[in-house]
Amino acid sequence: MTAVWIVLGAVLAVVAVVLVALPFLREPVTADDRLDTPGEGALRRLELVEQRDRALAALKELEFDHRTGKVGDDDYRALVFPLRQAAAAALKALDEQDG
Amino acid sequence: MADLGRAALVVSLGLAVYALVVGWFAARSGRRRLADSARNALIACFGSTLVAAAVLATALARHDFSFVYVASHTSRTLPTIYALSAFWGGQEGSLLLWLLVLTGYGALAVALNRRLLRDLTAWVVPVFGGIATFFAFVLVAVASPFDTQTAPVDGLGLTPSLQNPYMVAHPPMLYLGYVGLSVPFAFAVGAMLSGNTDERWIVATRRWTLAAWMFLGFGQLLGAHWAYTEVGWGGYYAWDPVENAALMPWLAATAFLHSVMIQERKGMLKVWNMVLVALAFELSVFGTFLTRSGVVNSIHSFAKSPIGGWFLAFVVISSLFSLTVILWRLPLLKARTKLESALSREAAFLYNNLLLVALCLTVLWGVLFPIVTQLVKGETRTMGRPYYDFFLRSFGLPLLLLMGIGPLIAWRRTSVRAILRLLVWPIAVSVVAGAVLLAAGAGTSTPGLIAYTFSAFVLGTIGVELVKGTRATGSLATLIARNRRRYGGYVVHASIVLLAIGIAGSSAYQTTRELKLLPGQTASVAGYRLHFGGVDRIRNDPNRTGQYAVLNVSGRWQGTMRTGQVTYTGFQETDEDVGIKTDWLRAQDLYVIANFQKHSNAVFFKVLVKPLVNLIWVAGIVFVIGSLIALWPDAREQRRLVTRLAPARA
Repeated sequence: MTAVWIVLGAVLAVVAVVLVALPFLREPVTADDRLDTPGEGALRRLELVEQRDRALAALKELEFDHRTGKVGDDDYRALVFPLRQAAAAALKALDEQDG
Repeated sequence: MADLGRAALVVSLGLAVYALVVGWFAARSGRRRLADSARNALIACFGSTLVAAAVLATALARHDFSFVYVASHTSRTLPTIYALSAFWGGQEGSLLLWLLVLTGYGALAVALNRRLLRDLTAWVVPVFGGIATFFAFVLVAVASPFDTQTAPVDGLGLTPSLQNPYMVAHPPMLYLGYVGLSVPFAFAVGAMLSGNTDERWIVATRRWTLAAWMFLGFGQLLGAHWAYTEVGWGGYYAWDPVENAALMPWLAATAFLHSVMIQERKGMLKVWNMVLVALAFELSVFGTFLTRSGVVNSIHSFAKSPIGGWFLAFVVISSLFSLTVILWRLPLLKARTKLESALSREAAFLYNNLLLVALCLTVLWGVLFPIVTQLVKGETRTMGRPYYDFFLRSFGLPLLLLMGIGPLIAWRRTSVRAILRLLVWPIAVSVVAGAVLLAAGAGTSTPGLIAYTFSAFVLGTIGVELVKGTRATGSLATLIARNRRRYGGYVVHASIVLLAIGIAGSSAYQTTRELKLLPGQTASVAGYRLHFGGVDRIRNDPNRTGQYAVLNVSGRWQGTMRTGQVTYTGFQETDEDVGIKTDWLRAQDLYVIANFQKHSNAVFFKVLVKPLVNLIWVAGIVFVIGSLIALWPDAREQRRLVTRLAPARA
């Protein structure tokens, strides 16, 4: 009976090895083995997208807070312009980036 | 069968080492196939650990006493459900569960993000591999659940206090929480190692962190209920080191869940968030160390063994590693914006963070104090309940107040006038509640009265938020659907309020009477008349001996109550089988502990009337509902994230 369990253990090890080796078994030879890492441009774009999303989310939140009375009219006027500017700047930079 | 278990663990160890070493090399050198191979190793590691777990579960279910672990923690008479729960009733099984959950979480998190965050997951794999290597090594070389022996006729059985339905669910729930915190840790460290500390790791782990936090919080409440009904001292939380061990990472994770919102919205607190993620993870490993090493005395330390040294070494090494990586990447973690006003939502979150971390570190100091005094003075001194209660009040009450004020403050800045306008109703509610409570006699406890008043204030602010939000959006359903995270959070806040009311009610306003009664005698406690009818001894039961006092109760509730002491065959400890009667209408418990005398018919009774204690258990359910609302996937958000993250792959 012990032999059966040992054989099963060996089968498990073989399956694990096959799974680990699978990327190389599927592609024994490849022209491009580089990891898909973001380049300078992609990282800059990601940063701009984050800036855009942050500004748009803040604008949405500000509108909602204004409607529910958390932000008064004066504060709203003072806050909304820089946020719109930030969103516009991020959108413009993104457009430029995308060519 | 044990051979298969052992082989599976050795395979797991090999795969974990491969994921660590080869994964690291692949990420550093940027080799795609090698990185995929390391990722597959992590997934395969889960598979082989699952085989090992299946072997142990089968041995437990079949009462295979040739396994030392099975013979040490189960017996033939043990019901199957408790035999299976012995999986986490002992040290080796618990460690196997840690590894199983860790590799399961790791495999799933990495597999789900493999396309969108390929560069990041390449670095996450070796971090998971490193943690898995430690646990697999301990299981293979130090504490194997697959040690065998000549099978005895019967096993030693499971500690009686663990033979409880709550113990079937409580430990796995805690482990899902403890181990779940390794997901944000692995992604945060992976992001720092890769040098890309943008927000992708936060986006990828937000729900994982919330889920782990939910499991950890709910697991603690299950444990509290177990202590309340099973340990039988009349309370539910004793500031025991092992209880604190679960509380500390939960507090750190709570701070992180709040502060990460500031990073998402303002790009601030990046270093702080990394520190909190690392702290939560290290505290979760430290918690396992406390539970499993027996280094401090605890009613929950079911195991004492030499693995403590290994765990301590792992906590120290991984903490130093995390700290080094954070310091190394400091230039990348600089904030680009700053706090605009001390009266803003982000400032409120910051205050909340300081209080939560202060409470966490205070509890940590209390836990470490006996170890420190032993090392320094050669004698063990412990921090008692007054220490913890003082800091709970000092940090907990301001936290409760902040929980009410925070949601009413807007991001960036708010004028004092706007806040005061919004606070009118919550303040009115809390003043009325305070006055009513004072009139009802709640002034006997100042902290209790403050807790109740603050709770009314928080509920008032949640009410104001919901009413104003519903008016602005048209319906409550639309409001919640538009921002599940925020409104799920409010439901969680409501659960914390219920918890605070329950704790304040059951501790500050509890009635305690100690009585010595002979059969036939009667006594009155807080509106209940207790008539001691006599003693009922357990007869003809091969598994247990003991006796129950039978009490006929009249007054606020009418019926019979049994409270006793039981000793299980083969175990020295005597279990309190306390009598508990819950009155849901009055929201209070009548809780009676009996202490029998050897040479007398008289029985000492400790009678507790605990108002509002059941709100603590209700809070657990509300907490889970709120967490699930916040966790629930949002299709629009998912689409937005995919389009946002996709360009990073280019």
